Amino acid sequence: MLPAADSSSPAAASDPRERPPGDAGPSPAVRPGVVPPAVRTGSGRVGAAWRKRLTIVAFLSPALALYILLALVPIFQGAFYSGFDWNGLGPLDEFVGLQNYREALADPVFLASLRHVFVIMGLSLVLQLPFALGLAFLLNQRMRGRALLRLLFFLPFVLSDVITAIVWRLLLQPAGLVDQTLEATGLVGLVQQWLADPDVVLYTVFVVVSWKYFGFHMILYLAGLQQIPQELEEAAALDGASRAQTFRYVVLPLLGPTIRISVFLSIIGSLQLFDLVWVMTGGGPVGASHTTVTYMLDRGFERSQFGYGSAVAVIAFLVSFVFALGYQRFVLRRDVAGALTAMGG
Amino acid sequence: MRRRFARTALLVGVAALVAASCGGDDDDESGSEASSGASGSGEPVTIEWWHIQNNDPGLSLWEDVAAEFEADHPNVTVDITVYENEAFKTAIEPRLQAGDPPDLFQSWGGGELSEQVDAGLVRDISDDVEPWIGDLNQGAVGLYQVDGAQYGVPFDLGMVGFWYNTDLFAQAGIDEPPATWDELLEDVQTLKDAGITPISVGMGDKWPGMFWWAYLALRNGGADAFPAPGDEAGFGSDPFVEAGEQLQELIELEPFQDGHMAAVWDGAGGQAATMATGGAAMMLMGQWAPGTMSANSPDGNGLGEALGWFPFPEVEGGEGEPTDGFGGGNGFAVGADAPAEAIEFLEYISTRDIADRWGETNSGILPVVVGSEGSITDPNLTDVLEARAEADVVQLYLDQAYDPELGAAINDAVELLYAGQASPEDVAQSIADAAGG
Repeated sequence: MLPAADSSSPAAASDPRERPPGDAGPSPAVRPGVVPPAVRTGSGRVGAAWRKRLTIVAFLSPALALYILLALVPIFQGAFYSGFDWNGLGPLDEFVGLQNYREALADPVFLASLRHVFVIMGLSLVLQLPFALGLAFLLNQRMRGRALLRLLFFLPFVLSDVITAIVWRLLLQPAGLVDQTLEATGLVGLVQQWLADPDVVLYTVFVVVSWKYFGFHMILYLAGLQQIPQELEEAAALDGASRAQTFRYVVLPLLGPTIRISVFLSIIGSLQLFDLVWVMTGGGPVGASHTTVTYMLDRGFERSQFGYGSAVAVIAFLVSFVFALGYQRFVLRRDVAGALTAMGG
Repeated sequence: MRRRFARTALLVGVAALVAASCGGDDDDESGSEASSGASGSGEPVTIEWWHIQNNDPGLSLWEDVAAEFEADHPNVTVDITVYENEAFKTAIEPRLQAGDPPDLFQSWGGGELSEQVDAGLVRDISDDVEPWIGDLNQGAVGLYQVDGAQYGVPFDLGMVGFWYNTDLFAQAGIDEPPATWDELLEDVQTLKDAGITPISVGMGDKWPGMFWWAYLALRNGGADAFPAPGDEAGFGSDPFVEAGEQLQELIELEPFQDGHMAAVWDGAGGQAATMATGGAAMMLMGQWAPGTMSANSPDGNGLGEALGWFPFPEVEGGEGEPTDGFGGGNGFAVGADAPAEAIEFLEYISTRDIADRWGETNSGILPVVVGSEGSITDPNLTDVLEARAEADVVQLYLDQAYDPELGAAINDAVELLYAGQASPEDVAQSIADAAGG
């Protein structure tokens, strides 16, 4: 074997922990004191390191292969296509450089679609999540019918996006159930062309998205609330904290990790919002409810501008990617600390 | 230790195998059916056939036709795949991109077929069909030609016109359908005054609204006004600006059903459903309208006897002939690697017998085999057929005549006009710009 593996190497010798002469230092994953006999000799240690690597490779490779094939390769393909003026048929022979990106960033419909995504995202954070948190707080109290209510509120999340969209399309059509309900309750003044008015449609979409997803966030919060030990709240009560104070200074901080994850999922969900909008409005009327993803499909597939569609996809990807990395790095840092640092060790 | 190593190696091997089998998907299929040029006998042949007649009677009729052909050609299997119209467009895309189109597939001719020709995906069948293509309506046949060569064969050609509710017209005191655009505007006002929604349009799909604009342009400038593919800056010219102005005049009367900006053509609360349930007095739509209305009515019968048809009215002072029509139809393009039997099958589809059987269904498919017109008995469809016969020019639907990109740009621009967010000049100009870029 290679001389570097010799037990008398300085690294092993300078190990502060006392070892009998001739004993190899522990390999990183093996805790001191339980070193198996097989890795005691120098050559054995190298074999162990290699075996370990091989095992890692073997267990990783199926997932890795799929990830590379189904995630990485398409991303790079998309980036490659985005440099061409290509209708999806025939060879890629019309290289246009960054022209597709320039066009996208100059297209008011695309910029509006980005704006729509951020409007939905903002409204979700300001309205939908606090609403879900409030509900979770209520349904965490002891009360009659609690399980049933939890189930009811969670139910919309179980529906597929497409079914949700079709059902709401029917409910929201002119003189549909929504309009009839408003009329029957004397709120005729509130009746709108929910899906047909370009000024209204985005907010309609937001309401339907919230209807679908608030139950999911509520369940997250409920799970978080149930992990907070009762004793802490009792202690706070004994110290004379009001319920509001208990919530603010005990419950909320302990719910932090859950809230941060919920916000993360909500934002990513907004950035990727597609099925519901595509089926319910197709991005219309006049593009007033386009999200970046519906816009991408509209330009890419409906118009056979695959190069341009790819450029839009790359922009959407970058927005999500930068956000996700930043969020993990700065907001989720403490929550994922174990998972990330373990790799360095 | 050795054993463990062996196991690890085995795992790696399995993983590599998985990876390899994942990557190896694209190189099968293409080789198996490239038996083009072979004469129609002997070896087993499969014809892959994609059509969009997803409802009866068309669905069963095509099944029967395939079975009959198989009975006559024992070595041939016709492998049918059926899609709904919009689903077809999505499903065909990856096959075309992979360079592996079905042997026979739905085509509307025009710009899209021309793109497929450029990409080498469809087969030049000029010589194969030469003996019998003369039996078909030449206007329809022309839609499947690119640079004089034949790449597909039509079985249906129809025209867009007005479908109206004769009861509602009578109720408003209108005896005759309008013959001119001004009369149509007057009738719209009369219907409104009688408390009837004059027009149903499904702007959620955009193209139903585009028909209005395109037809007006056809009346204003004639078919010559429509620029040749490649010279689309012509969309900025007067007939198109005028069409926008005329349409704007109509839009300002607010003649449409509630929520028309979100309504689709075919679906709950859509254009066809509104019309079929008496929610509006008229609509501009192709020959397939009665079938869709039936499917979108509670009793499955559409408007029944109350349904009438009239051609798009004349525009005073316009250069277009009042008989010129907007239309299109259905046909099949032939994949580049299609076997000779696929073309024999096309010939069988194009026989008078099958055209008559289509006609007898009165389902809105208007067969193109010369002489089969008499098989249609529905009075409204007969009207459409007459209009088709009188038309010197049938201008193909714009979203099919031009490439999909321009077609979508036209739809979007006209949608803005309906939403009151663009002027007629903006509409014409943005289409011309889209063509340039």
